Amino acid sequence: MTEIDKKQDRSPVPSAFEYAPAPESRDLVKLEDRYGLFIGGEFVEPRSGEFHPSVSPSSEEELAQVAYGGAADVDTAVGAARGAFENGWSSWPAGERAKVIYRIARILQERAREFAVLESLDGGKPIRESRDVDLPLAAAHFFYYAGWADKLEYAFPNRTPRPLGVAAQIIPWNFPMLMLAWKVAPALAAGNTVVLKPAETTPLTALLFADVLRQAQVPPGVVNIVTGDGRAGSELVKHPDVDKVAFTGSTEVGKEIQRAVAGTKKKLTLELGGKAANVIFDDAPLDQAVEGIVNGIYFNQGHVCCAGSRLLVQESIYDQTIQKLKRRMSNLRVGDPLDKNTDIGAINSKAQLERIQELVRSGEEEGADVFQPECGLPEKGWWFAPTVFTNVAQSYRIAQEEIFGPVLSVLTFRTPDEAVEKANNTPYGLAAGVWTEKGSRILSMAQRLRAGVVWANTYNRFDPTSPFGGYKESGFGREGGLHGLEAYVRFD
Amino acid sequence: MAQAPALPHGFELPLLPRLPKIGSVDQVAVEERAATLAKRSIKRESKLFALELAVRMTDLTTLEGSDTPGKVAALASKAIRPDPVDPTIPSVAAVCVYPNLVPHALERVKDTGVKVASVATAFPSGQSPTDIKVEDARRAAELGAHEIDMVIDRGAFLSGNYAKVYDEVRQVKEAIGGAHLKVILETGELGTYDNVRRASLLAIAGGADFVKTSTGKINPAATLPVTLVMLEAVRDVFEETGKRIGVKPAGGIRQAKQAVQYLVVVNETLGPEWLTPDLFRFGASSLLNDLLLQIRKEKTGRYQSPDYFTLD
Amino acid sequence: MTRLPVAKTYKLFIGGAFPRSESGRSYEIEGANVALGSRKDVRDAVRVAREAFPKWAGMTAYNRGQVLYRVAEMMEGRRAQFEELIGDQAEVDAAIDTWVWYAGWADKLAQVLGTSNPVAGPYFNFTIPEPTGVAGIVAPEEPPLLGLVERVAPALVGGNAVVVLASERRPLAAITLAEVLATSDVPGGAVNVLTGRKGELCPVLAGHMDVNALDLAGIVGDSTELERLAADNVKRVIRNGDGYSPWHAAAFLELKTVWHPIGV
Repeated sequence: MTEIDKKQDRSPVPSAFEYAPAPESRDLVKLEDRYGLFIGGEFVEPRSGEFHPSVSPSSEEELAQVAYGGAADVDTAVGAARGAFENGWSSWPAGERAKVIYRIARILQERAREFAVLESLDGGKPIRESRDVDLPLAAAHFFYYAGWADKLEYAFPNRTPRPLGVAAQIIPWNFPMLMLAWKVAPALAAGNTVVLKPAETTPLTALLFADVLRQAQVPPGVVNIVTGDGRAGSELVKHPDVDKVAFTGSTEVGKEIQRAVAGTKKKLTLELGGKAANVIFDDAPLDQAVEGIVNGIYFNQGHVCCAGSRLLVQESIYDQTIQKLKRRMSNLRVGDPLDKNTDIGAINSKAQLERIQELVRSGEEEGADVFQPECGLPEKGWWFAPTVFTNVAQSYRIAQEEIFGPVLSVLTFRTPDEAVEKANNTPYGLAAGVWTEKGSRILSMAQRLRAGVVWANTYNRFDPTSPFGGYKESGFGREGGLHGLEAYVRFD
Repeated sequence: MAQAPALPHGFELPLLPRLPKIGSVDQVAVEERAATLAKRSIKRESKLFALELAVRMTDLTTLEGSDTPGKVAALASKAIRPDPVDPTIPSVAAVCVYPNLVPHALERVKDTGVKVASVATAFPSGQSPTDIKVEDARRAAELGAHEIDMVIDRGAFLSGNYAKVYDEVRQVKEAIGGAHLKVILETGELGTYDNVRRASLLAIAGGADFVKTSTGKINPAATLPVTLVMLEAVRDVFEETGKRIGVKPAGGIRQAKQAVQYLVVVNETLGPEWLTPDLFRFGASSLLNDLLLQIRKEKTGRYQSPDYFTLD
Repeated sequence: MTRLPVAKTYKLFIGGAFPRSESGRSYEIEGANVALGSRKDVRDAVRVAREAFPKWAGMTAYNRGQVLYRVAEMMEGRRAQFEELIGDQAEVDAAIDTWVWYAGWADKLAQVLGTSNPVAGPYFNFTIPEPTGVAGIVAPEEPPLLGLVERVAPALVGGNAVVVLASERRPLAAITLAEVLATSDVPGGAVNVLTGRKGELCPVLAGHMDVNALDLAGIVGDSTELERLAADNVKRVIRNGDGYSPWHAAAFLELKTVWHPIGV
């Protein structure tokens, strides 16, 4: 044996390839100790006098104290929005309105990383997603709708679109910035003013957005941000000077809102829950389908209204698919949302974690087989390992109820008819996925699935040009695309 | 992966009924997956491991009409001791040369553990009669090459004559005795990921120990998604038969950073078991110096200049 | 003694670079020597436009919109310079805002011009616009800046590569705009700006067999001969265009209809 041989023998062979904790720097984000309400272009003390902490779900650390607006605050905010609408904004030349929205888009691009870090900190989502999905898409939405601001007559031929007035917008905690963009961008493009109510667990990026409004020199009162819990949302919906209500959240709350606006002239759009079927045919590109299954349900910890939470696999490839899926799941990294290698971050709140745990228990009790890959979960914070249930019957709660967590229920089918029947057998109708090599089958499935979005050989894709929204109890109205404008205009 | 029977020359392998089994690849999704994996960052200690591992996985290659015994001797010296300044740097896996230069390479690497690989079968085009290609490989093995890097007949493959491709791989495998067989698919000429997957399975059925992306003479050569598709084919073979097949991306990998990305893809797709020169190689020439440069950077903490690394 | 200013050389803009005319000629206009483009310059410009076309057309509509918006940003930074050149601030502002307006069209043209067609049968059928290729544009003599921007932007936004002949009498604004384009993420060759005699260059452009569309906005008087030349390879000829409109952009677009069966 030569020297070199010996040396070669000694060279260390890594037993495993370790990924570094590669945390994004928190220093990018400067937080205030406490935040008031953003009304009329400045932060004001809440008349409610109420403040509560916003907590990081990955560390349970208190990030800032945030005001909880009450009825009086909502009234002030709506008044500010009404004032801004009447005194200038609605008569701004469309081209100038476009330019101010373009500014917002550009500033979001410039400050993207700062927002991404804060989003992950406050909401628990992996930085990989907030950096590569939420923020680029949020900026793109403003960019896209900026372009519409001075082209509305092309979106509605033969009609004269006019703004509605004051839009009340209530957004959820799963994509705080992105939902803000989905709502604020088309509202402004059409010439409305806004009172935005962020989710109580994730208000911080919306509050940072106030600084973007300052930099872009958006006139005071055009966008007002009232943080708080369901009470503020309820006051906002009920306020008589609101012309439009846009809500994204649970079907339960959506129904309450629909009842609350009944008998008024308020225009309403609802983007609610879902229980989407992801249908895998036996000719699908299987490795990519498995990626799609994983992306469909574990993206953003499954806190996605259109999550592919029901997997429908053709029986002839069932074993192979489940084996590949389990193998792939064991590669998922759960942990620090700010780590660039993290695939699955923290569950957004303790309450949500408890709901997931409760539903998972019910799945076990009803007789489904549960699989979770081995993965260490951090001690502090709220976490749930990626989970898949097999042997699920259509009647189980985990096949019917929206879990809104990283939990997948697997069912099987034999023929396209059966797949359609099972996929549609739900009160929801937000989204569906189809995986097959055959184009005509994609289109026939797309035709028969009762869902507002059908993804073929992909899943969880979003684009500002593409309308999004549900059938049935998943809500009505569309956000995104040309159709997203309709929610914010009236015709004389 | 079915065990394909030995078939008479020219007989069409009954592949068509098995096509659903071969499966398909979605381009958009596989490219996106590769791009996601390329963003993984690995630990500093692991990085040093990874860089040294990449050195040990390198098939240091020269395949020029102008190759001479002198050139190959210099290359072999570099292969044995890549960095004269740093004796802790391991040798590379092999030197890869044309058949004529095998004896010269062997002379240098004797007793060092570095292998000699020879390209064969009318490399790089493969456009010669089968018997000549088989003979080419046999002679390279007889000249002492430990490993034979053959090319598949892309003309036959693209005209649907899969049996010819399979048959040639089998004949070469028989002809080279105990030598290790790497089968070059020349993915840059295959046009689709579906074809890459199909050719991988065909080569493996024919007896390949390794599937290799490229000759290095065609652009594009190795890419991350192509390699991912091949690794997935290898994984399916392993799951079904327990047989471990190696993968060798070759051509176009010039930077250490790229090499690390490939190792991440291997790790995520097949696991650490495949992180060995026995099952993964890089076909490269200029990559080695960048690996050395980055290793020294990791060790010293300072960015390096190529002026301080030997060119062979 | 007062400081002598350093005078700028006004050259052509071809393939992202600023060459002199291949002919070595220039003409004195607006107090400067401006390149007098030749037929070979037209040939070179069309060649690089053709090369740039797939890249520009292949960018996502969103990215093309970003690039056009970037043009507006960069132009805004030179607002004073343009004003000094053409002496009309309103024209400069209108030119900038025109880029912004068309930037917004990049990802909306297909939504306004495309359709999904309910054919009577089990088929999914849709129609999408695609760029025609290389557009030759003869810019109006007046206004020198806005006139050129209003003709170039609609051709560019849909993904075409452009060869534009600048105003013959007032070419400096066009070349200064080229400096903006060169620093705005517009791929080299996607827009090429030529200066020179229209009488000499227009027939070459109109007769070029690798030009797909011809905008004759800058032709005063009879354009019959140019239109006849254009017929040799069935160029899309734009005489006046629809002005500030997506249908002006549509004049440089082809429409593609796709049929696909629906079945299990």
